[in-house]
Amino acid sequence: MLSNITVGQYFPGNSPVHRMDPRAKILLTVALIVLIFVAQGFVGYALIALFVLGVTRLSGINPKFLLKGLKPILFIIAFTLILNLFFYQGETVLVQLGFMRITLEGVYYAAYMAARLVLLVMSTQMMTLTTSPIALTDGLESLMKPLSRLGFPGHELAMMMSIALRFIPTLLEETDKIMKAQTARGADFESGNLINRAKAMVPLLVPLFVSAFRRADDLAMAMEARCYRGGNQRTRLKVLKFSKLDGYAALMTAGLCALVLLERLMPWA
Amino acid sequence: MPIVLEELSHVYMEGSPFESVALDKVSLTIEDGEFVGLIGHTGSGKSTLVQHLNGLLKPTSGKITVDGLDLSDKETDMREVRRRVGLVFQYPEYQLFEETVRKDIAFGPGNLGINGEDLEARVRLAAAQVGLEEELLDKSPFELSGGQKRRVAIAGVLAMQPKVLVLDEPTAGLDPKGREELIDLMRSLNASGVTLVMVSHSMNDVARLCSRVLVMNHGRLALSGSAGEVFSHGKELKEMGLGLPDGARLAALLRAQGWAIPDTVYKFDQIEPLIEQRLLKGGRQEC
Repeated sequence: MLSNITVGQYFPGNSPVHRMDPRAKILLTVALIVLIFVAQGFVGYALIALFVLGVTRLSGINPKFLLKGLKPILFIIAFTLILNLFFYQGETVLVQLGFMRITLEGVYYAAYMAARLVLLVMSTQMMTLTTSPIALTDGLESLMKPLSRLGFPGHELAMMMSIALRFIPTLLEETDKIMKAQTARGADFESGNLINRAKAMVPLLVPLFVSAFRRADDLAMAMEARCYRGGNQRTRLKVLKFSKLDGYAALMTAGLCALVLLERLMPWA
Repeated sequence: MPIVLEELSHVYMEGSPFESVALDKVSLTIEDGEFVGLIGHTGSGKSTLVQHLNGLLKPTSGKITVDGLDLSDKETDMREVRRRVGLVFQYPEYQLFEETVRKDIAFGPGNLGINGEDLEARVRLAAAQVGLEEELLDKSPFELSGGQKRRVAIAGVLAMQPKVLVLDEPTAGLDPKGREELIDLMRSLNASGVTLVMVSHSMNDVARLCSRVLVMNHGRLALSGSAGEVFSHGKELKEMGLGLPDGARLAALLRAQGWAIPDTVYKFDQIEPLIEQRLLKGGRQEC
């Protein structure tokens, strides 16, 4: 019932994209996000889109999964598209409908915004699809290390995140199981009006919370039994290392940035 | 009317890299009043099969009918199917949610549209069947012990008064006393005409209770027949990572000593007269 959620779902593989250092992937994804907001003009977006598609190809992941990840934000995309289309104050009027009008600038702006959202989701998804959640939090922890000198609890935060990530599939499985058990007892989660549906969630949520607390308790106990006491002087099994691969990726991203920024400087932009 | 499976297949996450075939063309019939044991190694497809029996999962291909109702048919009223086929999941105590035991047991029958005195009578009957004292009915299910919670959960399904009761590993994690009581309950339910399907890892439980045994292996129905027939395939069962009940193991040991014991013997009560006979007839020189 709940098996078709791809956000944050890792697709195992051994492509160059998979083998990159998670820190490099995080940093380059951030760079790409900034670039998406800085870019102006269709050539820039086309270049970024091409780049994302190229990386997808390289990672060996079926592009269908990237598109599937867009589904949940389809509504937001449509919403911004329509809003910008009608309310952007432009000069070249194309259609006039009473007080509402569609301008050429509005059309451009709406298209930019939609392209931005799509590219944003696709590029971040590229990172989460090719990086295991554990590697991702390891990368984040290592990136946050400089902040720990200022008293920022980087390790604890990363540990909390990796535990949370680790338990998402477990809780989904549990939800599925409880849902089935209650359905077998004649519960109906799929029909009825909003109030009835909210009521129908009680037999699902109560057992789910009970088991989540029980699991948290067990996990804390198990961690203590193995002498976990936070990040101080903890060594790692896998030490993160930058490789040549990360260098190439950085070069390619830098090249993309240069091209996109160059377009901004062109007279037609 | 029986439950009929025809070439039933189920594939999880079809079309993704995680695709896995859980059931591969399984055909079988469960007759009214039978006590069927379903055994198989972990991941052999038992649980998937069981979830098809009341329409929680839909077959990827093939067909399943319960009392003539086609479960893949969108027109079929699933509530009607669930009224007929009750399913007790593994560790069912984790599905309890109500404020009181009474309300929790009443959840299932309440969903079927039963209310008032009828509902109360069903709750009392189900509680009595599983051996829950009346004063527990007004307690919170979360205050009970593990064994008591299990009983409340089973009572919650029994109160729907299904004609077929499917239990997935009902005795897992119970203490010996709780186990015996649950086995007695299943036996008496079957005697009163309820069809039972029990998934179990305990060959001894299966040997004691079931009139027919189905063996699943890698999503296929590997063996099917009376308990005696199935347990005579000791070698095949071992290859599937399954054991034999104690009775069948004793029979095998004695056979290795040269005793003439038929293959289909798997119960101590069947071996007992043979030993007795030998002791009386052969006397000391045999020992």
